[in-house]
Amino acid sequence: MRKITPVVYVLLLIALVVAPFVGAYPVFVMKLMCFALFASAFNLLLGYTGLLSFGHAAFLGGSAYVAGHAMKVWGLTPELGLAAGTLAGALLGWVFGLLAIRRQGIYFAMITLALAQMVFFIALQAKFTGGEDGLQGVPRGQLFGLIDLRNDITMYYVLLVIVVASFLLIARTVRSPFGQVLKGIKENEPRALSLGYDVSRYKLLAFVISAALSGLAGSLKTLVLGFATLSDVHWSASGQVILMTLVGGLGTLSGPLLGATVVVVLENKIGEFGRLLARLTGIDWFNTLGDSVTMVTGLIFVVCVLTFRRGIMGEVISFVQRLRGLRTRHG
Amino acid sequence: MGIFNLSNLPFPALLSQLLLGLVNGSFYAILSLGLAVIFGLLNVINFAHGALFMIGAVLTWMGLNYFNISYWAMLVLAPVIAGLFGMLTERLLLRWIYKLDHLYGLLLTLGITLLIEGVFRSAYGVSGLPYDTPDALQGATDLGFMILPNYRAWVVVASLSICFTTWFVIEKTRLGAYLRAGTENPRLVEAFGVNVPLMITLTYGFGVALAAFAGVLAAPVIQVSPLMGQNLIIVVFAIVVIGGMGSIMGAILTGLGLGVIEGLTKVVYPEASSTVVFVVMVIVLLIRPTGLFGKEK
Repeated sequence: MRKITPVVYVLLLIALVVAPFVGAYPVFVMKLMCFALFASAFNLLLGYTGLLSFGHAAFLGGSAYVAGHAMKVWGLTPELGLAAGTLAGALLGWVFGLLAIRRQGIYFAMITLALAQMVFFIALQAKFTGGEDGLQGVPRGQLFGLIDLRNDITMYYVLLVIVVASFLLIARTVRSPFGQVLKGIKENEPRALSLGYDVSRYKLLAFVISAALSGLAGSLKTLVLGFATLSDVHWSASGQVILMTLVGGLGTLSGPLLGATVVVVLENKIGEFGRLLARLTGIDWFNTLGDSVTMVTGLIFVVCVLTFRRGIMGEVISFVQRLRGLRTRHG
Repeated sequence: MGIFNLSNLPFPALLSQLLLGLVNGSFYAILSLGLAVIFGLLNVINFAHGALFMIGAVLTWMGLNYFNISYWAMLVLAPVIAGLFGMLTERLLLRWIYKLDHLYGLLLTLGITLLIEGVFRSAYGVSGLPYDTPDALQGATDLGFMILPNYRAWVVVASLSICFTTWFVIEKTRLGAYLRAGTENPRLVEAFGVNVPLMITLTYGFGVALAAFAGVLAAPVIQVSPLMGQNLIIVVFAIVVIGGMGSIMGAILTGLGLGVIEGLTKVVYPEASSTVVFVVMVIVLLIRPTGLFGKEK
C-alpha cells in the first residue's frame, strides 16, 4: 500500500490537471471538487474522531451565503470572500461544537441536526439570503485584484490549488500528534481521558477545523456557481455528506473523494442511467428513475449500513492488506 | 417582557393559539413517546418516525379515496398496517445492527426514511392531498369565552388518552414490567424465559403504530403530503434532547409543553415560532445538559 498510494494520488492529480483539455466540463468537475473537500472535512470528524455531526449543511450553506454576501454586496475580492466564508464556518462550528459536545453519541447527532435546522429557518426568513430565491448573481471577480476568475479555466486551476492544499492540510492533521489523539478518543474515550487528555477541547477543535473547511467548500461553491441556495443549508445536504463518506469509506483519506464523486455523478446522471436501463430491460418504470433520487439514495444508505460499512476504499484497503498478508506467509 | 405583550393581546386569539399549540404538542408527545419506547429497548433512534407518521396520514387519505373507508375505521386500520410494516422492517433490516454503534441505527433508519418518502413522492408528488374533517367532528362549540373547534379538541383528547394509556401499561402492568426489565438488562430477562427478540419486534411495531396513529389524527389538520414528516421529526428530535429519553412521562410532558410554547410564540413573535423549540433546546443544554428528565444512557 505504501508504494501504491502516492502513485494513485499523483495519477489523480494529473487527471485533474488535464481534465479540462480532454473534454470534461470544468464547472461540473469544480462542483465535484467542492463536494470532495466537503466530504473530506466531514470525515475528519466522523471517520477520525468518531463524532457524527448531522448538521454540516449549516456550515456548507451558511458559509456559502456569507461568502456570497461579502463578494456581492460588500464588493470584497474573492480571496477575502472565501476567508469570510471560512471564518463564518469556523465560528458557527465553534458554537455548534460547544453545545453539542455537552452530550454524547446519539444525542450529539440530534443536537447538531436541530441546530442546523435552526440555521435553515434563519436562512429562510432572513433578508440577506434572498429566502426561497437564494442569493444570486455573485460575481467571481479578480483574485488579489490580478487574476480574472471569470474565465472557467482560470477558475478551475485556482480551485484545484485551493482544494489540493486543503486536502493536504487534512492529511497532515490526521497524521499529526493531534490527529493521533483524535483517533485515540474515537477508539476509547475514557482511556484518552484517563491519560490526561482534555477530550472536550480536542473534540471542539476537531469540530471547528471540520466546520471551517466545510465553510471553505461552501464558499468555493458560491464562487464557482455564482449563487447560494437553501438546498445547501437543508438537512438533506447533511445526509448527503454522510452518504458520501460512508460509501467512500469512513476514516480513510481517499474514501470521501471517491464517495463524493460517486454520489454527485449518481445524482446528476441517474436520469440517463434510468433511460439506459429502460432501453436494455424494456421496463418502462426505469424512465422515471431520474425523479427518484431520494429513493435510490435511501437504498444505497440501507445497503451500505447493512453490508458495506467499510465503504469502497475501506474494502480496497483491507483487500490489499489481506493479499499482502498471504504473500508474506507463503513467500 | 413576554407577559407584558400577552396582556395587550385579544384573549380569544391567545386561547386559540394555545389550543393549536396543544394540538401540535399532542403530536410531539405521541412521537417523542414512541421514540423513547423504541430507543429504550432497541437502542436505535428511529429517524423514520416522521415518515411513519406520514404513512399514517397518507393511508387515511388512501382509505377514503380508493376504498371509501371512513376516518374512524382508519383510526384503527392505519396504525395496524403501519405497525405490521414496522415489524417487518425490524425483522428484515434493523435486527442486523443492534450490536453495532448507535450511529448505524440512525443511518439505517435515515435510509429507510428516504426510501419511504421517495416511494410516496414518486406516487403522489409533493403537493398536498386534501382530507376533510369527519362529519361528526365538524363545526365548533361556543364555550362563552372562546370558540372551540371540535376536531382540535378531539385531537388533544385522543392523543392524551393514548399517551396516558401507554404510560400506564409501561409503568404499572406486568407486561410493562417485562419491557422495563428488557430495557435495563435484556440478557437477564431472556434467562427468565421471556422471548426478547419477539418483544423487540412488538415494541418497534407498537412505536410505529403510535406514529401512524398521530398521522391519522393529523390528516384533517395538517396538509397531507409525502414530505409532511420531514421537518416534524427534527423538531421531535430537539424535544427528545430537551426531555431526555429516560422517562415516558417526561417525553409526554415535554412534547405537550413545547407545543404550547410554540403556540404562544406564534402570538407574541410569529417569526420565531419555527425556531423557538431549538432555542429552548440550546437553553436546556446550557443549564441542564442531561435534559429535563434525563439520565444519560
